[in-house]
Amino acid sequence: MSETAALPSHATPWRRRLPLLPALIFTIVLTQVPFLMSLFYSLTNWRINPPTPREFIGVENYTGLLDNQQFVDAAWVSVKMTASSVLLALLFGTLLALLLDRKFLGQGLIRTLIITPFLIMPVVAGLIWSNQMFSSSFGVLNWLVEQAGFGPTEFVSRYPLASIVTVLVWQWTPFMMLIMLAGLQSQPSDVLEAARVDGATSWGIFRQLTLPHLRRYMELGMLLGTIYLIQVFDHILVMTGGGPGSTNLPFFVYRRSIGGGWLFGLASAFSIVVVVASIVIATFALRVLSNLLEGEEAA
Amino acid sequence: MSSEVVGVGERRWVNGLLGLAAWFVGALYFFPIFWMIANSFKEEAVANADPTLSFSPTLDRYRDVTGETVGLLGFSEAFGNSIRVVLASTVIVLVLAIPAAYALSIYPIKKWRDVLFFFISTKFLPLVASILPIWILARELDLLNTQRVLVILYTAMNLPLAVWMLRSFFQEVPKELVEAAEIDGASLFGQLRSVILPIAGPGIAATALLCVIFAWNEYFFAVQLNAADAQTVPIWVTGNVSTRGNFIAKLSAASVLASLPVVIAGWVAQKRMIRGLAMGAIK
Repeated sequence: MSETAALPSHATPWRRRLPLLPALIFTIVLTQVPFLMSLFYSLTNWRINPPTPREFIGVENYTGLLDNQQFVDAAWVSVKMTASSVLLALLFGTLLALLLDRKFLGQGLIRTLIITPFLIMPVVAGLIWSNQMFSSSFGVLNWLVEQAGFGPTEFVSRYPLASIVTVLVWQWTPFMMLIMLAGLQSQPSDVLEAARVDGATSWGIFRQLTLPHLRRYMELGMLLGTIYLIQVFDHILVMTGGGPGSTNLPFFVYRRSIGGGWLFGLASAFSIVVVVASIVIATFALRVLSNLLEGEEAA
Repeated sequence: MSSEVVGVGERRWVNGLLGLAAWFVGALYFFPIFWMIANSFKEEAVANADPTLSFSPTLDRYRDVTGETVGLLGFSEAFGNSIRVVLASTVIVLVLAIPAAYALSIYPIKKWRDVLFFFISTKFLPLVASILPIWILARELDLLNTQRVLVILYTAMNLPLAVWMLRSFFQEVPKELVEAAEIDGASLFGQLRSVILPIAGPGIAATALLCVIFAWNEYFFAVQLNAADAQTVPIWVTGNVSTRGNFIAKLSAASVLASLPVVIAGWVAQKRMIRGLAMGAIK
C-alpha cells in the first residue's frame, strides 16, 4: 500500500538502476574481458609461428620494452600524429566556424561542402589523397608543383607522417568546425547585444566574450578528436602500409600480432603498455570532461 | 552620423569579402571529393594521365565495379552485408543506450557521473590492443567470418558515444511530464513511448545516424575478423586497388558508391549532429 502511495522519486533504487544494467554489462564484458585476456597473454611466451606451447614467463616480455627502438619510435609517431592532427584540425575548424557563422549567400551549401570530408570512409580518404592528390605520376598536387617549375615529389614516401596528418586534418577539421559552430550559435545574444550597445569593438567582444565561451567547446573538440585520432589505423594501412616514419602504436602492435608477427605474448605486452599510456592520457582528458560536467551542475 | 554610415558600408564590404573567402575555402575542402567524382566518369587512360577536366564522361566504370565476377566480392553482396551489419548494430545500440541514458538523466542514479566516465573511458582503450583477444574469442565461439561478430563489435564501439549523446537530449525532457506519466502508471516503455520519444526523437535520430556513419566506415575489424565471408563495403572498395594495371577511375567509381549513403545521410542531419555532439558534454 505504502509502496504505491510513495512518490516516484522515492521508488526503489534498483528499479532506477535496472535500465542502466544491460548497457553497462555489455560494455564491461566487451572491454574488460579482452583486457584481462591480454594481461594474461602478456605474461606468456605464446607465439604461433613457429608454434610453441604457451609457457608462463612472468614479466620477461616487459623488461626489454623500452629498449626496443621500434617501439619507442612508434610511440613518438603516435604522439606527433595525434597532437598535430588534433591541434591543426581544431585551429582550422575554429577559423572555418568563425567564417561560416555569418549570413552570406550560399552559407548552407558551403557548410555542406565542408563537412563532407568527415563523412568519407577513412580508407577512401586515404586512397583518394595518395592516388589522386599526392601521387607523383598523376596527382593534382604534384601537377601544381610541376606547373610552378619544380620536379615531381613522391609526397607520401618522402613525407609519410606529414602526408597522413594532412589527410587526418582534412577529415577532422569539419568535425571540429561543427562543434565550434554549435558553440558560436549558443552564445547568449542579449549579452553580445549589451556589449555592442556599450560600445565594445568586434575584436573586444571576440576576445572577452566569445573566446572564453568557446573554451569548453574547444576542450570537447580536443577530447573527442583525441579519442578517435589516437586510434588511426586505416589511413596508415592504405597510404604507407606502415612504412618508415609512419607506424604508430596501434599499427606497431597489429604488425606483431595478427598482422603477421604472430608473437601473441610479446604483442600483448606491447598492447598493455599502450593501454596504460592511453589511460594516463585519458585521465588527463577526463579531467577536462569533468570540468565540462561541473559547469553543467553549476548552471 | 556620417561615420556611422561609413561604418555600416565598411562592414558590408568586409562581410562580402569574408563570404567570398568562405566560398574559396569551401571549394578547396571539397576539391579532392570533386576530383574523385570527376575521375569516376573518366576512361582509365584519361584518369591515369596529367590532370584534366576536358573529357567525355562515361558510366562504364560504374558498370565495371557493379558487375559481378564469380568468386569475387560483388557490389550487391558487400552492400547487403554492410546494410545488415550497420542496421543491426545501430538498433542494438539504441535498445541498450536509451534505457541507460534514461537512468543517467531523467532520474539520475547516484553515481551517474562515474558511470558516464566509465562509458567514455572505454573509448580510450585502443582497438588494436583488444583485437587479439577478440580475434581469439571470436575463433573459439565460431564467430570468425560472421556478420554477428561485427554487429557485436560495432555495438560496443558506438555504445559509449550513444549513451553520452542521448543523455543530453533526454535532459531536455521536462521532468514533470515523466512524473505525470509515471503516476498514471506508465511503465518505462510507456514513458519512453508517450513522453520521451516525441520530445527527444530528433536527438535519437541524430545519435543513430552518427552510429551508422562510424559503423558503415569501419574497416579494421571488418578486415581482421571478417576477411572470408560476409565482407562489408570498405573491403569491397579496397578490393578495387590493383597492383597490375590502372585502377584510379574504377576505384573512384567504387569510392563514390561506397560513400554516397552516409554522405547523404550526414548532409541531411548536419544541424542536428552539431547540436547532439556539443550538447553531449555541455548541456
